[in-house]
Amino acid sequence: MSTDRHIDIDWTACQGHGLCAELLPEQITLDEWGYPLADGTPVPPGAVGRARRAAADCPVLALEVTAAKAR
Amino acid sequence: MTATLPDLHMSPRLLAPAGTPADLPTHEQRHGPLSHGDPEAVLRAVAESGLTGRGGAAFPTYRKLVAVAEAGRRTGRAPVVVANGAEGEPASRKDRTLLHRSPHLVLDGVQVAAHAVGAREAYVAVEDGATWLESALAQRTDPLPVKVVRLSKSFLSGQASALARFVSGGAALPTHQRPPVRERGVHRAPTLVQNVETLAHLALIARHGADWYRTAGTPAQPGSALCTLHVPGHEPRVVEAPYGLPLARLLPLQGTAAVLVGGYHGTWIPAREAAQLTVDSSYLGAGVLAALPVGRCGLAETARVLRYLALQSAGQCGPCLNGLPRIATAFRTLATPGPQGAVRHDLARWSGLVEGRGACHHPDGTVRLVRSALTTFAAEADAHAHGLCTATDHTPLLPVPEES
Ligand SMILES: Cc1cc2nc3c(=O)[nH]c(=O)nc-3n(C[C@H](O)[C@H](O)[C@H](O)COP(=O)(O)O)c2cc1C
Ligand code: SF4
Ligand code: SF4
Repeated sequence: MSTDRHIDIDWTACQGHGLCAELLPEQITLDEWGYPLADGTPVPPGAVGRARRAAADCPVLALEVTAAKAR
Repeated sequence: MTATLPDLHMSPRLLAPAGTPADLPTHEQRHGPLSHGDPEAVLRAVAESGLTGRGGAAFPTYRKLVAVAEAGRRTGRAPVVVANGAEGEPASRKDRTLLHRSPHLVLDGVQVAAHAVGAREAYVAVEDGATWLESALAQRTDPLPVKVVRLSKSFLSGQASALARFVSGGAALPTHQRPPVRERGVHRAPTLVQNVETLAHLALIARHGADWYRTAGTPAQPGSALCTLHVPGHEPRVVEAPYGLPLARLLPLQGTAAVLVGGYHGTWIPAREAAQLTVDSSYLGAGVLAALPVGRCGLAETARVLRYLALQSAGQCGPCLNGLPRIATAFRTLATPGPQGAVRHDLARWSGLVEGRGACHHPDGTVRLVRSALTTFAAEADAHAHGLCTATDHTPLLPVPEES
């Protein structure tokens, strides 16, 4: 069985640019203040590549695709 | 039995009797010498004791010690021990009381912990009483020297990652905790952050063993905990209570409307429910228990605390920065008799939006307080909505620093 991938957000870094929600609309929406809301479920295997690209594109590198569930 | 604890069925373990601080000779006479035995034996005793952290989260101490020791071996970096005496919670007095009355018990615990995890650096971080601790340290000949770190007053400075960052020379602000402090903390070394009371219990477990520790408390929650009791008309009082003791033995519940259990990140509980509860680590937090008398407004008290908590947010994380001030303002509306509009709806939504979305648990603790107040004081909120107020005494009760 492969490890589940999760989206981990460094909240001290995230500036609410919202780019991640554009790149990963199924996994990330924005709250009323413009900050990302991830639903906490594992990223589906087919979306892991896009999640990695979203992480790389975050202007402040606040997003990480991790093997462990966020604390 | 002592004069300060007439009815608790245990003699205090941590606080020197008669209220006088214990100097080193008194301490050694009372507790006997500390032996630095085999680290494995210490870890075994801690595992068998069931000791949990007294900084608020009741995390099993054994698991943290093992994780830090293991991270040290894996990374080849000697771990660091930080004794957490920040006591940022304004309603808590137990850590400063312990450090004043029994400093050597805490300092013994630092040595035991350092030995158990193989640490080569150790710190004690406090806001108050640094000079007192330095003079206590000067009396000792410890295998590992300990540095005293002075924190400035803040609700957050005792959060583990904030503390690790401050001891490393940075600001006392929480950081994104991946990897966690136990793996990468002070100067990027594996770091054991342990509440000072936890360390004092550890010092006694190292001396007297797990069976002795388990003679107080319950089989599921062995041992005892320091509690700060707030009863109107009395100075806050620190007592040591065994787990399982009915709350009614600690606080007078007659004439009490509700009890705040676990401090400003804790839970409001109606007095009739509190009468069924015991000292229990799942909701005790860092041991603050405050009685709200009948005739005082729990909503107004909560609004004061929430304003303080919002101001104490480090403002680093978007949801916390945006949500906590809105929650505090909405709660102020709820605490004031008059039209409420959609505030209860807003409070529920914003609570959901801040929960779990910060670098530290400050939003989560704040939401716990909000939700418990909305339930416990629902009738008062309804009265306020009709422009009525049931309170007869509006004097502020809970301690809130620098309130203007
Ligand atoms: C906002 C916040 C403030 C905290 N303040 C303190 C504190 O003042 N003292 C303390 O011992 N733990 C505090 N903690 C808990 C620490 O992060 C940490 O869990 C604790 O010191 C670990 O020690 P323990 O396992 O012995 O309880 C705080 C946690 C949070 C989220
Ligand atoms: S792209 Fe980065 S900064 Fe922007 S909202 Fe997403 S995580 Fe935050
Ligand atoms: S969650 Fe709030 S208090 Fe905690 S680090 Fe972020 S902004 Fe600061």
